[in-house]
Amino acid sequence: MYPRPFRYHRAASIREAVSLLAELGEEAKLLAGGQSLIPLMKLRLASPHHLVDLNFIPDLSYVRPEDGLLRFGALTRHAEVEASPAAQQIPILHDCAAGIADVQVRNRGTLGGSLAEADPSGDWAPVLLTLPTEVVCVGPEGERTLPLAEFFVDAYTTVLRPAELIREVVVRRPPPGSGGAYLAVKRSAPVYATATAAVQLMLADRETCSEAGIALGAVGLTPIKAAEAEAALRGQRLTPDTITRAAEAASAACDPQPDGRGSAAYKRALVGALVKRAIALAARRARGEQVEVSHIYA
Amino acid sequence: MPDEIPRVPIALRVNGKRYALEVEPRLLLVDFLRRELRLTGTHVGCDTTYCGACTVLLNGVSVKSCTALAVQADQSEVLTVEGLEQDGRLHPLQQAFADHHGLQCGYCTPGMLLSAYQLLAKSPNPSEAEMRKGIAGNTCRCTGYQNIFKAIRAAAAQMRGR
Ligand SMILES: Cc1cc2nc3c(=O)[nH]c(=O)nc-3n(C[C@H](O)[C@H](O)[C@H](O)COP(=O)(O)OP(=O)(O)OC[C@H]3O[C@@H](n4cnc5c(N)ncnc54)[C@H](O)[C@@H]3O)c2cc1C
Ligand code: FES
Ligand code: FES
Repeated sequence: MYPRPFRYHRAASIREAVSLLAELGEEAKLLAGGQSLIPLMKLRLASPHHLVDLNFIPDLSYVRPEDGLLRFGALTRHAEVEASPAAQQIPILHDCAAGIADVQVRNRGTLGGSLAEADPSGDWAPVLLTLPTEVVCVGPEGERTLPLAEFFVDAYTTVLRPAELIREVVVRRPPPGSGGAYLAVKRSAPVYATATAAVQLMLADRETCSEAGIALGAVGLTPIKAAEAEAALRGQRLTPDTITRAAEAASAACDPQPDGRGSAAYKRALVGALVKRAIALAARRARGEQVEVSHIYA
Repeated sequence: MPDEIPRVPIALRVNGKRYALEVEPRLLLVDFLRRELRLTGTHVGCDTTYCGACTVLLNGVSVKSCTALAVQADQSEVLTVEGLEQDGRLHPLQQAFADHHGLQCGYCTPGMLLSAYQLLAKSPNPSEAEMRKGIAGNTCRCTGYQNIFKAIRAAAAQMRGR
């Protein structure tokens, strides 16, 4: 299979990529890792007339710690996040990066491409929604910085304007006493998950949850921030009871579609179970324990 | 749609050999290797980024060449299964796959070898879990994987010994 013919443009800088997009109009698309776009083009589900390749822009791929922040260049590959010692200090980021698809897809796919694609089953979105995260976008009118929570509009749809691109993703490092975990259930490595849960907690004394971020993936048209599940934990001691209440609130918050991966009821139940497990793992990490977390293949 | 699509010049090294030619932008890296360079060792299994039969190394990292464009390999170094053998001698991974029955039909083998090569480059003495993760993007319909793990383990031991 091969894509419909298109013209290939290689941007040498972000500025050039933006002006190429502005000049070429709606029929142009950016090419980052190509791990979503190229399969779509081969299946002729996407047939852009022009591709603007970001891969030759220097210094668009980095993980840079800075004053309590972690800055990721838009072209940073999943595998680079997986291997980054700075990103490993925030375990939920490593859980996510190391669990996406397989080695080859992680070597190619990028953080910016993943957010821009806004696939309802994408892993980065739910994970980053549990941390204060901002997206730095550049367009013909200049630069703007948006909270990630305002970035997704619908399945495969973001607030990015025509000719606007993601330049950088900025994550605020969680304060001491925090811990997070990301769990996904999937059938095999090179497929998207059936359901996922991201939980990021802060514990005041080793028992009481002072802050909670909970987000769900693959169970709605966009990633779902489960505000009621978070509220069920905030200010509470982590007991089987409060954890169950949070899991039930998360199940209620999701809006899964039945498909080959499972019925809506199954996915709803799965989300509850994943949230429970992720809370327990996040709490252990918040208490300073080193815990290995990996995706669940079922 | 514009009628005349300009071809794009690319210059790269494949298995150490230099090439400079012009390609259609939509040419996939795997088709470039197989059709333009006649390096048919790299296989196409699924053509949908799943099976890993088309795995090659692009600048030292494994990629599914059915899901990369030839134009993106400009100024790069590509390693395919044909480049593993040195001076007529099989690479230790190739020899170990033969010795330990790491293949039956052989369809997955070129990609499996490159994924194993990538794994051992990062982790010379991989654990069972690392091996599983390392070849998770490569499907084998014949062997049941156990002999592939045996082969990787044996090659790793030999390569560490050298
Ligand atoms: C077999 C397989 C399994 C996968 N499994 C998973 C999985 O389990 N979890 C998961 O999260 N993902 C998965 N993916 C998707 C993978 O993570 C992709 O890499 C990712 O979704 C898109 O990133 P990319 O860099 O490849 O983007 P591309 O495919 O290059 O681009 C995707 C879209 O984003 C646009 N774009 C790219 N970069 C930018 C930018 N900087 N600014 C604005 N727009 C931009 C492009 O124009 C395009 O529309 C899988 C992919 C494959 C092939
Ligand atoms: S042929 Fe490329 S992944 Fe199957
Ligand atoms: S040996 Fe036949 S698919 Fe692996």
